Amino acid sequence: MAKPKRPRLGKWTRRGLITAGVVAGGALVVGIAIRPGHRAPKLRDVVADPDEALLNLWVKIGPDNRTTAIVPHAEMGQGVHTALAQMLADELDADWNLVDVQEAPAHEEYANHNLAKGFLFGDAEIPRALVGTVDGVVLKLTQAMDLQITGGSLSVRATGLHGMRVAGAAAREMLAKAAATAWNVPQRELVLRNSHIRHEESGRRATYAEFAAAAAEITPSSKPRLKDPKAFSLIGTSAKRQDIPAKVDGSAAFGIDARLPDLKTATVRGCPVFGGRVAAVEESAALRLPGVERVVNLGDAVAVVADGYWHANRDLAALAIEWTTNGREAVDQAGVFAQFDGVLAQAEVDGAGDLEVDQGDCEAALAAASKRLEAEYRVPYLAHAAMEPMNCTAWLHDGVCEIWTGTQNPLGARAAAADAIGLEPDNVIVHNAYLGGAFGRRSVHDYVVQAVRVAQAAKAPTKLIWSREEDIAQDRYRPAVTSRFGGGLDDKGHPIVWTNLYVDKHEPAEAPRIPYAIDNQRIASMPSPTHVPFGVWRAVDHSQHAFFTESFIDELAVLANADPYRFRRDLLAHKPRHRKVLDAAAEAAGWGGELGPGRGRGIALHESFGSIVAEVVEARVDAGNVRVERVVCAIDAGYAVNPDGLTAQMESGIVYGLTAASYGEISLESGRVKQSNFHDYPMLRIDEMPEVDTVIVNSGGPLGGAGEPGTPPLAPALANAIHDAIGVRIRELPVSKHDLRV
Amino acid sequence: MTEITINGVARQLAADPHMPLLWAIREELGLSGTKFGCGIAQCGACTVHLDGAAIRSCITPLRAVAGRAVTTIEGLATDAGLHPLQQAWIDEQVPQCGYCQSGQIMSAAALLATKPAPTDADIDSAMRGNICRCGTYSRIRRAIKRAAGQEKSDG
Repeated sequence: MAKPKRPRLGKWTRRGLITAGVVAGGALVVGIAIRPGHRAPKLRDVVADPDEALLNLWVKIGPDNRTTAIVPHAEMGQGVHTALAQMLADELDADWNLVDVQEAPAHEEYANHNLAKGFLFGDAEIPRALVGTVDGVVLKLTQAMDLQITGGSLSVRATGLHGMRVAGAAAREMLAKAAATAWNVPQRELVLRNSHIRHEESGRRATYAEFAAAAAEITPSSKPRLKDPKAFSLIGTSAKRQDIPAKVDGSAAFGIDARLPDLKTATVRGCPVFGGRVAAVEESAALRLPGVERVVNLGDAVAVVADGYWHANRDLAALAIEWTTNGREAVDQAGVFAQFDGVLAQAEVDGAGDLEVDQGDCEAALAAASKRLEAEYRVPYLAHAAMEPMNCTAWLHDGVCEIWTGTQNPLGARAAAADAIGLEPDNVIVHNAYLGGAFGRRSVHDYVVQAVRVAQAAKAPTKLIWSREEDIAQDRYRPAVTSRFGGGLDDKGHPIVWTNLYVDKHEPAEAPRIPYAIDNQRIASMPSPTHVPFGVWRAVDHSQHAFFTESFIDELAVLANADPYRFRRDLLAHKPRHRKVLDAAAEAAGWGGELGPGRGRGIALHESFGSIVAEVVEARVDAGNVRVERVVCAIDAGYAVNPDGLTAQMESGIVYGLTAASYGEISLESGRVKQSNFHDYPMLRIDEMPEVDTVIVNSGGPLGGAGEPGTPPLAPALANAIHDAIGVRIRELPVSKHDLRV
Repeated sequence: MTEITINGVARQLAADPHMPLLWAIREELGLSGTKFGCGIAQCGACTVHLDGAAIRSCITPLRAVAGRAVTTIEGLATDAGLHPLQQAWIDEQVPQCGYCQSGQIMSAAALLATKPAPTDADIDSAMRGNICRCGTYSRIRRAIKRAAGQEKSDG
């Protein structure tokens, strides 16, 4: 296919949020200033036809009157392309059937401004962990603009609200102005609907496309008027996902499906003990199996390049690799938890800890309490285990490097690839495909760096595919955490004190905070680093802290002989949104109704990424086997842009959380990960799938996330349900570790 | 040379007869709808039909399918249109990331071919070999029932 002609664009100037520029040939380009002070944009890959006018950065109206929404976010199954397009098309009054969705190329112009702004200015809503994950360290300020991340459940609430809706509204205003001028009629008499402009009195009618060029000559308003939610026609409806048809006939292209002429295939093994290096490897061609072309020593990993995956993997399995030792070979999982225990015990003696909350007088309150409780909880490391193994195809030619992959952060992938082989980022071209699952894993680009280095060594276009074993052994893991609590009740059974000390804090900082009105609180953390690399895992720190805090509040309810739902509810008088969500879940679950022997209900409430979620789990424990029969979920995400999409994300987050709570465990043995594939790192399957009912609470509050908030409440709701069923308190995950035969 | 019929077309493959069918399909035949997930028949992403039965192509050597008929996701639709399961998958908005869905649909198609009115237990046993990390299982069950004409829902 011929490369589209590259339009020459004039210098973009900043006018508030909205900018304008000139395309050679006379058409103007108008867009949202995603970041201040940016350079001329490279929109060559976005404009497919020289006759098309770009109405703004996210809006393109072609000669065929189709509107293309250009979204700066990767589609990894969360339906983001559709939800964002809905927001744009609604404000634009575009015909939904004439709206296409396209992912923005990896150019700085698409950097996620809100994420960067949050990073720079410390916006509490932005999880800083996501900013710092490119290499597991917090990025320097100067790198902050290298962000095009899909994560932190930000796509709809940041890009959607501040980008897509504003873009749609601005484009609509400009079209209306252009038509009013051309027809010499008052703008207010125009009706814009379904990508058409109409003037009733004169009977004039035109497509948006007819006014695209004229509209581009109009200076955009710096603050276009957004629709009142009552006027929404697309936002709030369950528009069908646009990516689904290609996902039922095998045609959807994921990173692993990249095709190039004369493509080699490689696979890789990293040092199983994190931090180790290659000491020796037999690279000689004489020992290679048929089809294998070369062995590439990457320093901390060894890759085999062959004519196909099977040959590469077979040869790698036969390859003798000697690794350096670094003292971590003696670390096992019990040792990690013993290390945490030592750190916590010492911190308790010293009164040490990085304070997140410090209010009231916890010592005095504990001394005065009628009843006291202490508890320690643990969660293990977890791998992401996205269905599509990590992979990246790289081709170095003519001074550029093209990569085909699935990434949550195309700009980060570009920067990582450029850095690895000494190219300018401008000379790295990222083709981002559909992501076969990500859950945070594809925000780290170790696999991209490996692929470009292997392709460079192989001097040929090369597709690097990780085995599942490599995916499990070389993940960036949800950290293992130990968390200790102390609590006390007054003589009426009312909680008066809450203390919490835990190891290994990441992000967001507010994850261990509780919404409940307890006067005396101290929440603190201690560092206790291990050699296991950290990664953002669906909901990041919320996934472990919701289990801790919502289990301990349940234990306090039991201590108070109170109903766990009522106990929480009484502590939420100052949090009406939380209380409403809790009530909605309890009501839909039929809280309080009889369940029968061996069955129990558990409830949990947790806010993350701007959304408040309550879940009620109904579980049956039979001969030690736990079966989750039903999960009721209530979510307040402010406003559901696509209710079916939000429901699907709740179902997904619940299954992800239930899999982890039931079975999820990555453990260390001899410094390395013990698990290797789905037989020993099992996943929930269809025969274990509970009935899931989702209740959407549209509070009208600020937009919250959808992809992550469904996960955190599941584990505590399950543990609380098991306690309700058989009286056994689960303080360490996964549940499968425990013998529950009563 | 191994001769197989792939999606109704006879093909000669020069690949090593020990090569797993999955890689022959993806790399030799260029059909990328069949996915690699685990390599040890634990996840079902590689599911195809061998003479109509669902098999895991990642552990099936090419020589084991010599002279037989293999159908992949690309061969499921006919000139008359999508397979009823594919349409049901759209109607129920099943896929999220979509990576496992070729395998899910192939397992479901093999089920309906032998049991046109499957019970929940039939669905469990036919589909429990297919992992979906996005957790679309409820929708998969609904879509199978819809395709079987057992359940209608507003779509």
